[in-house]
Amino acid sequence: MTERQRLGDFERAVLPHMNAAYNLARWLTRNDADAEDVVQEACLRAFRYYAGFTGESPKAWLLTILRNTCFSWLAKNRPADLAPLDDVVSDSVALADEGGPQTPEREFLAADDRGRLDRLIASLPAEFREVIVLREQEELSYREISEITAVPMGTVMSRLARARARLREGWERQHAPKAGAGMRGSHGS
Amino acid sequence: MDHKQVPSLAGAWLDGELPADSRIEMEAHLAGCADCRERIDAERAFLARLKSTATYHPAPGGLAARLSQALRAEETKNVVPLKHRSRPGISWRGTALAASFVLAVLLSGGIGYMGSLPASGDLITQQIVDSHVRSLLANHLTDVTSTDQHTVKPWFNGHLDTAPPVKNFAGEGFPLIGGRLDYIDHRPVAAMVYRHGLHPINLFVWADPAKTAGQPSVTERQGYNIRHWVQGDLTYWLISDVEADQLAALEALLRKGE
Repeated sequence: MTERQRLGDFERAVLPHMNAAYNLARWLTRNDADAEDVVQEACLRAFRYYAGFTGESPKAWLLTILRNTCFSWLAKNRPADLAPLDDVVSDSVALADEGGPQTPEREFLAADDRGRLDRLIASLPAEFREVIVLREQEELSYREISEITAVPMGTVMSRLARARARLREGWERQHAPKAGAGMRGSHGS
Repeated sequence: MDHKQVPSLAGAWLDGELPADSRIEMEAHLAGCADCRERIDAERAFLARLKSTATYHPAPGGLAARLSQALRAEETKNVVPLKHRSRPGISWRGTALAASFVLAVLLSGGIGYMGSLPASGDLITQQIVDSHVRSLLANHLTDVTSTDQHTVKPWFNGHLDTAPPVKNFAGEGFPLIGGRLDYIDHRPVAAMVYRHGLHPINLFVWADPAKTAGQPSVTERQGYNIRHWVQGDLTYWLISDVEADQLAALEALLRKGE
């Protein structure tokens, strides 16, 4: 096979998954320009390894390389995003950030459901964010997610459960205070 | 299973991803526990909202195109350091194609890497044979397919820094089929394709003022007839499995056609 045929092959395998790749990169880097850079770097890497690719799912294969590229990028550019996942500390402690005082900016940002949910997802640790994206948006199986993220199935299950619990807790917390404030308003003073 | 375990397993159960034993326990518990059924329903509703509401970021328009470009540039980059050679005036696509050919040449094994030594006429002969065979095998005879010399010539002008003469000799029994870029003796070269009867003929032309391609020659190798000559600054190589005298006739036409 000539190099050019190999390149054509590679593009046919990989280009259909650009949305999935970009979406994951965008959620992990939280920035358009960085997402594009990471996708491009990941694809160049993927092309270098393409000769060794014999698997069935180009999508899972590409996403594996992409998430590794993302995490290397985060380690270099956003080390704070990669604070080790603490399996002991309660999740609600880490959620303190979401439960801060309601400022006008926060009210504005949270003006609609989408903005509110997006912000909650963006506030998750990167390892939680990626399982949410891979499961809820790409609808991959736990086995595929386990292969992409290189952690056991049990870890996928628990990360996903904790990530969802955080999102739901944050979601309900953002809705409840308003109702609570209203109640206090009508009964207090 | 008690209530406390339900929340952490609810998602996996809804996803149909709970291992069989846990799933059976979960379903037995839910059958007898209205509270937990309610919790599961709330979880299901929240996950549906999450799925339908969170922003999906599709790839920006043009990303695929930029990526293709980067891939081709990368391909070139992989090769150029070996050559330490820059050829201004060659289009980017030409360089990438040339790079793909040098890789193919390097990988084809028959030749091996030539290093930066000028290839002798004999080595070039071997490259000509390999290139001819490859053009037949890979179903890649032409990049531009046209019997019209006025189409083929401008195409080369856009891809090479020398303009090879392009003539159609259909009237003389050698119709022009088209042209493509190839890579011989460390440089992108024009390859023109003629036919005689059913036999494809490759004509390679490149500028070679230093005459590194050696003396004019008529040879036969691996069953192919090969003719090489120099005219002005251009070096010509003809190769085909047609009879030797037919190839000589085409050479005469080409020499005269200037």
